[in-house]
Amino acid sequence: MYKILDKSIIGADEMVMNMGPQHPSTHGVLRLKIVTDGEIVSHIEPIIGYLHRCFEKHCENLSYEQIVPFTDRCDYLAAMHMAHGYSIAVEKLLGIEELPERVEYIRVILAEFQRIASHLIAVGVFGLDVGAITPFTWTLRDRERIIDLFESVTGSRLLYNYIWPGGLAHDLPPNFVQKASDFLDYFEPQIEEYNNLLTTNKIFIERSADIGVMPVDVAINYGVSGPTLRGSGIAHDLRKDEPYSIYKKFDFDVPVGEGLMGTVGDCWDRYYVKVLEMKESIKILRQALKTIPDGDVKSAIPKKIRPKKGEVYSRYETARGDLGLYIRSGGKNMPSRLKMRSPAFCNLSVLNEISAGWMISDVISILGSLDIVLGEIDR
Amino acid sequence: MTSVVDSLLNLLSFTGLDESILLILVLHIPALSIFLVMVVNATVAVYMERKVAAFMQDRLGPMEVGLFGFKGGKKFWGGIGQTIADAIKLLTKEDIVPDSADKKLMLLAPFIIFIGAFLTFIAVPFSQNLVVSDFNIGVFYIMAMSSVGVIGIIIAGWSSNNKWSLYGSMRAAAQIVSYEIPIGLSLLLVVLVVGSLNLGDIVQWQAENRWFIFHSPFTFVAFFIFFISVVAETNRTPFDIPEAESELVAGWMTEYSGFKWAIFFLSEYANMMIVSIVASVVFLGGWLSPLAIINVGIPDSWMIFDGPFIGILWLMSKAIFLIFVMMWFRWTFPRLRVDQLMYLCWKVFIPFCLANLFFVSIWELIGGLFFK
Repeated sequence: MYKILDKSIIGADEMVMNMGPQHPSTHGVLRLKIVTDGEIVSHIEPIIGYLHRCFEKHCENLSYEQIVPFTDRCDYLAAMHMAHGYSIAVEKLLGIEELPERVEYIRVILAEFQRIASHLIAVGVFGLDVGAITPFTWTLRDRERIIDLFESVTGSRLLYNYIWPGGLAHDLPPNFVQKASDFLDYFEPQIEEYNNLLTTNKIFIERSADIGVMPVDVAINYGVSGPTLRGSGIAHDLRKDEPYSIYKKFDFDVPVGEGLMGTVGDCWDRYYVKVLEMKESIKILRQALKTIPDGDVKSAIPKKIRPKKGEVYSRYETARGDLGLYIRSGGKNMPSRLKMRSPAFCNLSVLNEISAGWMISDVISILGSLDIVLGEIDR
Repeated sequence: MTSVVDSLLNLLSFTGLDESILLILVLHIPALSIFLVMVVNATVAVYMERKVAAFMQDRLGPMEVGLFGFKGGKKFWGGIGQTIADAIKLLTKEDIVPDSADKKLMLLAPFIIFIGAFLTFIAVPFSQNLVVSDFNIGVFYIMAMSSVGVIGIIIAGWSSNNKWSLYGSMRAAAQIVSYEIPIGLSLLLVVLVVGSLNLGDIVQWQAENRWFIFHSPFTFVAFFIFFISVVAETNRTPFDIPEAESELVAGWMTEYSGFKWAIFFLSEYANMMIVSIVASVVFLGGWLSPLAIINVGIPDSWMIFDGPFIGILWLMSKAIFLIFVMMWFRWTFPRLRVDQLMYLCWKVFIPFCLANLFFVSIWELIGGLFFK
């Protein structure tokens, strides 16, 4: 971190810069109000709301089934996760304890594929933020194959509307398991290639190691979660800590930042945790694809969703972190209140704390390592 | 070594015109040729850059636009007319000038940058005798002229009245001025050994002895310092912080569009070519055939691959290889941060250069005592 000189000595003025909403690396329509002294940043204020679509208010006028496509549009890079998280919350509200096993398997398989796809974007875009363009096209090339898999399953490539409360829209296509396994065989060596091109590049390490260090206490105080929190060295993963769905059945590790290239909790750690998590997802996928049972995927879908009066709070580990959904039912077919605690929103709030005192270039890498999606922050 | 202007004057002396009038007439020919070289270079280099980038990134690049009905092959020559179409598009685009910009300076800036690149070409040799004017201070002149561009960059950044442009131009000024020093010091090494600033003499020395990159371990190091520094001086990745896309949008070029932006582009690629040619001439034997350095009993009559005309091919292939290496850098490396860039220049390159200079002097001294 750089120390800003005493301004009374050099008589320097501060300059306020607007980064965004139209800027190549604010990952959407985020606006950052940056107070700078030369190249050094003294204060950052993220200004959000350019993509606000009244998601929560809107949900109060929609039936539970109709909300599913809206959840897809929150985190558009991990649409499966949002729909999965929402479905789990509604099932909890309805008191559905047991789902057909095939449903759970398909959900987990798709969620893990979605996690890989989302992390691929995060890894590639972080490279783009520090100036490396080729890793981004490589990761997109591989993400494309996951998207093709999703297209064969759901018919759409970005917003799926596939996971419904109580089940799934329809079953998997006949040769899905084979295609998915083929992809995993292709994809596993690719991670090594990203590491050779980007992760272990000297310039990349210079640009990301020891920069934007997020100590554990800061991370916890700001409610940071997901790979961003795990980068700081805390093995907090809801798939392990409060296992939902059938994650209990699978054997996988929770990678944490170890400060291999610098300090624990720097940008490099936050980046590398995502690379490692892709490997863990492959592990889960291999186990799940091997043991996927047969069954009916629509048998548990309720005919109509009209929960009793009451409320529920459910948590879900998306690619970005801890998705919390609070739903209060007034006994109608529409929720009387739905509140979403979006992970990227909390992750973004830590930006000023960890990037004040760094240079403008570092702010870009810190923002890239936080891996935000504006659709989910603004809702 | 004679120059193009001298030969043309000799050729046209039969007209009996006054020499000063003849000179003015004759100067138009090299001036036009330089401009053509710059334009053709930019078109070809942009196409090459796009294809190199595409193949490194596992895609095809431009594939649609043909040239005179020739659509090209399935891969390499597809979309061969793309840069020409792009150039026409840029020239016909609306020229947007921001309201609060300093309009006169904003118009002036591209031309200063262009003039810097254009004038440098006067001393750049393309082969033996194929140089517009054969200075006896060629190296010095190229160094001086290639740093004119930075004035244009500062003017462009300041006059745009945009904070990103200002950041970009301030970074560019610091970077280019700093990297002049290692470039100058590495060239000084060669000048020290040859004892002349003339590029023709430098190649002549290499023809008589050996390529400078193989002269001594120190010049071997100096070549890499020189090459990395010129990559920095031409603002290419990993040193493209003045136009860092993900940080400063487009740096000092943010507010420019259309024709003015095309001139920036032209000059940028011209600078790439200049530095590649200079690196080839000074360190890689210029227009000398690489076959000559092998020198394993090949009879002299086989050396048909040497000489002024084949020399263009040798020099250009060396220069294009260096340009390819620059593109290779650009599509593989992330970008350095501004202070890391300065660290590299002031704390790594300059001490190494000074040490190089010292050791090469000793090398020459000892070599002079024992081998000559």
